[in-house]
Amino acid sequence: MRVALFVTCINDMLHPRTGQAVVALLERLGVEVGFPTEQSCCGQPQFNTGYRHAAEPLMRRFDRAFQDYEYVVTPSASCAAMVRDNYPRIGAKAAAERRGRGLVDAAAVAVPKMYELTEFLVDVLKVEDVGASFPHTVTYHPTCHGLRVLGLGDRPRRLLEHVEGLELRELPGAEECCGFGGTFAVKNPAVSAAMGADKVRHILSTGAEVVCAVDNSCLLHIGGTLSRRGAPVRPVHIAEILASTEGSVR
Amino acid sequence: MSGTYLGMPAFPRAAATATRDTRLRANLTHATRTIRDKRAKAVAELDDWAELRAAGAAVKDRTLRHLDHYLEQLEAAVTAAGGQVHWALDADEANRIVTRLVRETGETEVVKVKSMATQEIGLNEALARAGIRAYETDLAELIVQLGHDRPSHILVPAIHRNRAEIRDIFRREMASWGRPAPEGLTDSPAELAEAARLHLREKFLSAKVGISGANFMVAETGTLVVVESEGNGRMCLTLPETLISVVGIEKVVPEWQDLEIFLQLLPRSSTAERMNPYTSTWTGTTDGDGPQTFHLVLLDNGRTDTLADTVGRQALRCIRCSACLNVCPVYERAGGHAYGSPYPGPIGAILTPQLRGLAGPLEESLPYASSLCGACYEVCPVAIDIPEVLVHLRERVVQGGPVTLGGTRTVLQPAKGHAAERAAMRAAGWAFDHPGALRTGMRLAARTRRLHPRRLPGPGRVWSRTRDLPEVPAESFRDWWQRTRGTSSGRGTWAEPGTSSEPGTSSEQRGDAK
Repeated sequence: MRVALFVTCINDMLHPRTGQAVVALLERLGVEVGFPTEQSCCGQPQFNTGYRHAAEPLMRRFDRAFQDYEYVVTPSASCAAMVRDNYPRIGAKAAAERRGRGLVDAAAVAVPKMYELTEFLVDVLKVEDVGASFPHTVTYHPTCHGLRVLGLGDRPRRLLEHVEGLELRELPGAEECCGFGGTFAVKNPAVSAAMGADKVRHILSTGAEVVCAVDNSCLLHIGGTLSRRGAPVRPVHIAEILASTEGSVR
Repeated sequence: MSGTYLGMPAFPRAAATATRDTRLRANLTHATRTIRDKRAKAVAELDDWAELRAAGAAVKDRTLRHLDHYLEQLEAAVTAAGGQVHWALDADEANRIVTRLVRETGETEVVKVKSMATQEIGLNEALARAGIRAYETDLAELIVQLGHDRPSHILVPAIHRNRAEIRDIFRREMASWGRPAPEGLTDSPAELAEAARLHLREKFLSAKVGISGANFMVAETGTLVVVESEGNGRMCLTLPETLISVVGIEKVVPEWQDLEIFLQLLPRSSTAERMNPYTSTWTGTTDGDGPQTFHLVLLDNGRTDTLADTVGRQALRCIRCSACLNVCPVYERAGGHAYGSPYPGPIGAILTPQLRGLAGPLEESLPYASSLCGACYEVCPVAIDIPEVLVHLRERVVQGGPVTLGGTRTVLQPAKGHAAERAAMRAAGWAFDHPGALRTGMRLAARTRRLHPRRLPGPGRVWSRTRDLPEVPAESFRDWWQRTRGTSSGRGTWAEPGTSSEPGTSSEQRGDAK
């Protein structure tokens, strides 16, 4: 099994610990992880803001970087969704614009090997108990792309429920968007802030010490809002919880 | 908030004002959450919902592909049944036709069934300019009309008003439109409904002309269908001598049997009802029963232009159920008025720019009025992939591209005001495609991290107004990998979450996680 980590640009720059956690976790589960250094951004910010053409070279780069791997695993539901949902769309549009079928083929290769981390754990490795220990109260925010585009369902929850010492707290209004939405946060700052404020209010109502998610971009927005309020809740990517062996008695 | 929809400020500005209106937000949150929960229960009762949804989308798509054929079939059937069909290319033409038809009856008052098409073309205002008074008879539309207001929701036009506000509007305004509000009117729902009933009954019984839209038109029989909850529509459709229906051309369905699908999808999605309370169907005219003159005005107003766009045309499947509004977190905070058209919420964000052709600052801002969370697509009973169309329209805004305007194929130029963003996207695209340069930039950012402010000036200000920026870690993932793994070295190190206040500082200082 040849597995590559697609760390994503945001994690590479701002959340290296999440990438490190994925490596630690997968290696603990006996998976040999590669990191092709020619990888870069999936093109989601460009595509979602309307710059489809700017996403095309990144799509080709993705294809090149991961061509030798059977599986590509990423700790970002929205980047996985970008590859799975939008790469075929970009390929089809390029073909419709008579620019050849290169991107159609690139998408066809990329889509089946792309896995979000929790999906890979549950569907491919078939594990729910990853041997983690995290003695804290945690609430889980199911991100929009994880929930609706990838259809992660209860996979992340099942993984969390097996973490030793972890107490999962129900998040009210869990399925509602946190208001980040990439450039939406900048283009519609008032609505984004209002959505973020409501999400944070719900998080605080759980009394949990930690809010976790399958995407650091949402946690960036939620964490930034929590921090501005001086709230003590820590945003932690689910990979870091699943890799944790804090206070393990096993 | 009176007046027309034109000249509305662009969405972010209008939405910023709305989010500060705490009463509006409370009204909206309460109403949308209630109806959202009820809808979810009603839909869950049907185990074939997914099949129904797919069938609804398929019928609409097939009809749209052969729209010319079905519209001609409809025209022939309506004419054969004693109705008269008029074709209106745009709002002005539709308004001129309806105004002329009302004038020919010699009447100066008409009663109206709630209709999105007549809202879209601004019919009431056009009639008023011609000296004709149009009375809205739907309770919520009545509240909006009496309040000199605009609708803010497709299904519940007065969703932004609470009971106390409605009582005040009735007391203040009813007298100038007809029967005044009863003495000592309170804000109890029953009293408010009774006041409206008494006020409206006089209109129903005196009006000689009724104006409606239609939810569906059946091509094979020439039948029109209005789906409503209060019975006021049925009064308007049966009591007057003349009935004028203004209907968008995309409302046609091929056969009577197709209604089986839509009369299940629509009520459950919109009002969370298993069956619609009042479903009225009419076919032409019948001697001695109902209106003796029937006119159907078929409205284009940007619809064939929308149809020409292979991605955007799915917006024409819309059956105006408003489920997407009720589930949309942006609509819930921004309210309906911010969208600047009778079609608010996610569907409005894709429909309005297409019908009006990305014509101005508001239309250009609407495709961005979404976080792309996908909740709208999930609830849409005819499976309109609203996020897909939003991104497609964003591309039209920033990159331009081929569009059809007024029936002519043309190439849209990129909108002004995106130059800085375009340059930034280009620079980011270049950097992401040159990892060496990107790494240099990341190292520079890491080295200067102590100097980074947590609140930004300039364009970054909007982010840091309500959120703290994250700290840039001392080492990128890529550099960590290089340092700990090199080309084929052994295991790296990883620190437990929360063991440091400084995520990302070099991990070898705090030992192996295992």
